[in-house]
Amino acid sequence: MSAEPRLRVQPAPFLRPTVSTPGIMTDVLVALVPSLGVAWWRFGLSALLLVATATAACLATEWLLSAPPRGRSLADRTALLTGVLLGLVLPPSLPLWMAVLGGFVAIALGKLAWGGLGHNLFNPALVGRAFLQAAFPVAITTWVPPAGPLALYRGNFAWPFLSAPADATTAATPLGQMKFAGVAAPLGDLLHGGIAGSLGETSALAALVGLAWLLLRRACDWRIPAATLLAAAGLAELIHRLSPDRHPGAAFTLLSGGLMFGAVFMATDPVTSPLSPRGAWIFGAGIGVLVVLIRFWGGLPEGVMYAILLMNAATPLIDRALQPRAFGYGRVRAAGGGG
Amino acid sequence: MSPLATFRHGIHPREHKEATAHLPIERMPFVERYLLPLSQHTGAPARPVVAPGDRVERGQVIAEPAGFISTTLHAPVSGRVVAIAPRPHPAGKLQPAIEIEADRLSAQRPPSGPALDPATLEGDRFVAELQRAGLVGMGGAAFPTHVKYQLPAGRRVERLLVNGCECEPFLTSDHRLMVERPEDVVRGATIAAARLGVVETVLGVEANKPDAIAALERAVDGRPAMRVVPLAVKYPQGAEKMLIQAVYGLEVPSGRLPLDVGIVVNNVATMTAIADWFDRRHPLIERVVTVAGPGVARPANLLVPVGTPVRAVLEHCGGLDAETREVVMGGPMMGMPLASLDVPVLKGTSGLLAFTEAEARLPAEYTCIKCGRCVEACPQFLNPSRLARLARGGRFEEMVGYHALDCVECGSCSFACPSGIPVVQLIRVAKAELRKAAAGAAKR
Repeated sequence: MSAEPRLRVQPAPFLRPTVSTPGIMTDVLVALVPSLGVAWWRFGLSALLLVATATAACLATEWLLSAPPRGRSLADRTALLTGVLLGLVLPPSLPLWMAVLGGFVAIALGKLAWGGLGHNLFNPALVGRAFLQAAFPVAITTWVPPAGPLALYRGNFAWPFLSAPADATTAATPLGQMKFAGVAAPLGDLLHGGIAGSLGETSALAALVGLAWLLLRRACDWRIPAATLLAAAGLAELIHRLSPDRHPGAAFTLLSGGLMFGAVFMATDPVTSPLSPRGAWIFGAGIGVLVVLIRFWGGLPEGVMYAILLMNAATPLIDRALQPRAFGYGRVRAAGGGG
Repeated sequence: MSPLATFRHGIHPREHKEATAHLPIERMPFVERYLLPLSQHTGAPARPVVAPGDRVERGQVIAEPAGFISTTLHAPVSGRVVAIAPRPHPAGKLQPAIEIEADRLSAQRPPSGPALDPATLEGDRFVAELQRAGLVGMGGAAFPTHVKYQLPAGRRVERLLVNGCECEPFLTSDHRLMVERPEDVVRGATIAAARLGVVETVLGVEANKPDAIAALERAVDGRPAMRVVPLAVKYPQGAEKMLIQAVYGLEVPSGRLPLDVGIVVNNVATMTAIADWFDRRHPLIERVVTVAGPGVARPANLLVPVGTPVRAVLEHCGGLDAETREVVMGGPMMGMPLASLDVPVLKGTSGLLAFTEAEARLPAEYTCIKCGRCVEACPQFLNPSRLARLARGGRFEEMVGYHALDCVECGSCSFACPSGIPVVQLIRVAKAELRKAAAGAAKR
């Protein structure tokens, strides 16, 4: 042996992890590409502008307010993901300045105020969305019809607090039509997104393609979307059978509004969902049930956001109740007894 | 085909066994000096029975057990005792060791003698023989083997489990032993099974060693109450409690031993060592060591005399790459990092692995995102993420309630963590603190 290598003494294990947190976030970002694509196809440049603005606001807030050293926490890519998620749950003609505000609130109050990544109770993107819903109830429920890949809605450029945000032509979302007029949109439109709604939520199909990618990459817990969708579909179908005139069935419930997008991308946030597999089932089922209850009997046509936020709040409780049963604490069985 | 038996949870690291799995065991040539730490087994260090200047023959007893949980040490070569003094030990500090200078002119004839029929040994004499042979568990923990064969009064053992899993990546020493000496594995198992009076002997081997499984199956052919069970390839399949769960679906209760469910588990290398002792009167003075890893020029499976300096073994394998940053004794999941190459190969040394910067670099650390990968990896069904958080906060007492003391330190959690959190390392530190506190309380 020539030169003696300088040996480092680090404790075992010596095999390093093969997945990384930024890698997982990248997988989710890739999974969002189909939804982003449909958003652009349907709502044009406004979609790209809103997502870019919300993302920039999230990154800037993270850079400004996160714990020192400045900018280090950007490396985990979660602020980037929060920005894209927030952008995709905004209505297409929302004023850009509101998206900036939403991004600020999402990161500052949704994440950093709790102590940063991993400590927040609620999904940051949904905190931003909920804030906008409370602060600007009209703007956040102003829907426009899809206008193609070059569309640019005037509402995006409204000045803060000065001009009226509403566009000349507005449209109702399928859930709004259902709730207030009793009209169900064709299921095909719900699949490919030829309807009014938030940017990323109009195409259930795009969200499902994203889910397939997430599952392929094992980047999310499959139990959460499975439980959410099963519970929502089951309960909706049951109620639909009891009063078919008043409430839509499973297919409409699954494909309309933000359920698919929320179940795939929002509910699966690891930080704000339970750790254990059993906890994931309870968490997802809770979301599904709450969505149907809010949609059918609440004051709002849509309830995915509040359903997820409510189950976020229940997550510590679920985790506490479902600590894994440690090995060797079960029923004692001796091999001698022929067992 | 039915799915292979296994335990729940665990991880699937890359196996990395392809470099050495096909290489026959070769004998490491004798070197000039040997270092025999008096403590290379769990329990009390052995007591030297030679003095500096003494001439010793290969296989001669040089230290005797200092108590029941302790074992015998033999000279690995013929030569002269040059010192009994503190010497570098793989565990880190200087520890008392017998230093032997090999006799260059000696033929180094292996110790031998007429076979001893274990069936003729009454009562405790079998246990004493195992202790005289210096046998320890050769899978890594080096627990004196004879202790497992001293059954408490009234205790029955129903089953003998021979552990041929070798679930640690890179290691192939047990694999080669099963391929090249299957009759001796079975011979040792037969001796052990007869002594314990078991109703069944199972040889558990991970399915990634089809040649070993085939060899063992040929060797057990025709023997009643002995069978080979292929197991799923998953880490830590070779952990005692995981192996028992895989084969029998039994959970050894927390804080108890396999014996409490009527099972004794022994490594395959321990089985060949038992056969060597009774059939050839050959004590445990050498063992198979896998030398591998990206930092090693010529990976190999070597039959190495216990006490051979690591430096000499690595030199025999072509030396280390200049980029080597880590040398590990044992497997990459539970082995010991070496601070010096002057430490010797011990009875429990299954491998010597050299890693370069690319493997040794610590992963970038991020905050825990509660993804639950550690929870799904932990074979003990603990919540490693919570334990690590409590350990970071110094809240050791609280960790007991989360069963920190049941952690087997397999490292699956650290391997699974995408945020690069040193989970098992934190838990290990906390366990040490808890033990210290308990010892302090006991003193008071």
